[in-house]
Amino acid sequence: MADLRQELKEKIIEQLNLEEFTVADIADDDALFGDGLGLDSIDALELIVMMDKDYGIQLTDPKEGKEIFKSIAVLADYITDNRAK
Amino acid sequence: MKKVYIHSAVTISAQDTFDSDGFLNEIKGLSGKTVAARYPNYKDYITPANLRRMAEGVKMGVSAASKALKDAEITQPDAIITGTGMGCIDDTEKFLNAIISNDEQFLTPTAFIQSTHNTVGAQIALGLKCKAYNNTYSQAALSFEWALMDAQLLLQQEEAENVLVGGYEELGKEIISYRRMMEDADGLGIQVPYSEGASFFVVSSEKTEHSVELIDMEVYSSISTESIQDSLKQFLTKNDVDLSEIDVFISGRNGDVFDSYYDLTAELFENITQLHYKHLSGEFYTASPFGLWAAYEILYRQEIPEAMIFKGEIKSDNHIILLYNQFKGRDHSFILLKR
Repeated sequence: MADLRQELKEKIIEQLNLEEFTVADIADDDALFGDGLGLDSIDALELIVMMDKDYGIQLTDPKEGKEIFKSIAVLADYITDNRAK
Repeated sequence: MKKVYIHSAVTISAQDTFDSDGFLNEIKGLSGKTVAARYPNYKDYITPANLRRMAEGVKMGVSAASKALKDAEITQPDAIITGTGMGCIDDTEKFLNAIISNDEQFLTPTAFIQSTHNTVGAQIALGLKCKAYNNTYSQAALSFEWALMDAQLLLQQEEAENVLVGGYEELGKEIISYRRMMEDADGLGIQVPYSEGASFFVVSSEKTEHSVELIDMEVYSSISTESIQDSLKQFLTKNDVDLSEIDVFISGRNGDVFDSYYDLTAELFENITQLHYKHLSGEFYTASPFGLWAAYEILYRQEIPEAMIFKGEIKSDNHIILLYNQFKGRDHSFILLKR
């Protein structure tokens, strides 16, 4: 689980060009959107594509995404339970 | 009909033209196939949140536009008009490569959204919260000139008082390199590096103490070498300017075989100062606004940089400048300035 959380942090920093952040800056329970990392709706689309491409998880319900992308910890748990890749 | 005045001119180029108070005093010699621009500290002009998604062309465009508005003391222009030949080529390459590598699946939105030619105009407007007229022209080496002509028409017809107009180009990573390889294939091509940059201007219908008048401009998709002199003479006649009144002639020489157009037009200006600039800016579809920026600075400062001299001497009393640019024997433009 710790490896997956580390992997997600690295992917998010790289794919969303979060140049101001390092892996160490992102706590497992930090909010990804809003006051935390400050991600927005375009980033949400990037994360949805990443989930599909890298883990074989297709999100179709926007409400579901809101909960899944709450933090790295929540996202890692969801991927562990649902990944097809 | 209202007249058109340039209130500010800003360029980001391969030279130190953005942050420096000087005017091409310290020249960087350009060599190689491609040369990147000297990028400013973007954080002075763009928030980190916006900066992270922007490719180089967008960052240069937004920064140059921001400084042009500041220099002209304008917060909200009545129109934002941009020109670009290749558009946001870096993001275009990214999403096209993603299509291939992902077998036409899993396309991420950011590169696609930012790849369109009007991204720079849109990002400037978003930053300013400006809902005014916003247009982008893309027609190879006339992209900036069409944008400037649109601005000219808006001002002359009193549909706007202050217009932000500019051109930008970025090198990207692949496509421009392929174009350079094609250019070098026969050894007769462009003899300056390919480069990139962004030049923005605030043009206005109001004259100020420091403004430079855009007397007129003309564009032609194609002209033969036999008729280029007559076309230039007709342009000057239309504007009641005699050949002898022109103080400085600035041409877009890049060393290729089509410099013959410049040689022919230069025959009309044997006794005046002739300048060139693409050995300083490099060549790209919107390199010509670098020439316009230099012309503005020459008239504003009454100073000619040594590095721009192609023929003739540096004179101090210059009032009318003619710019002529073409690319590969096509996309000709004349721009006439006065101060």
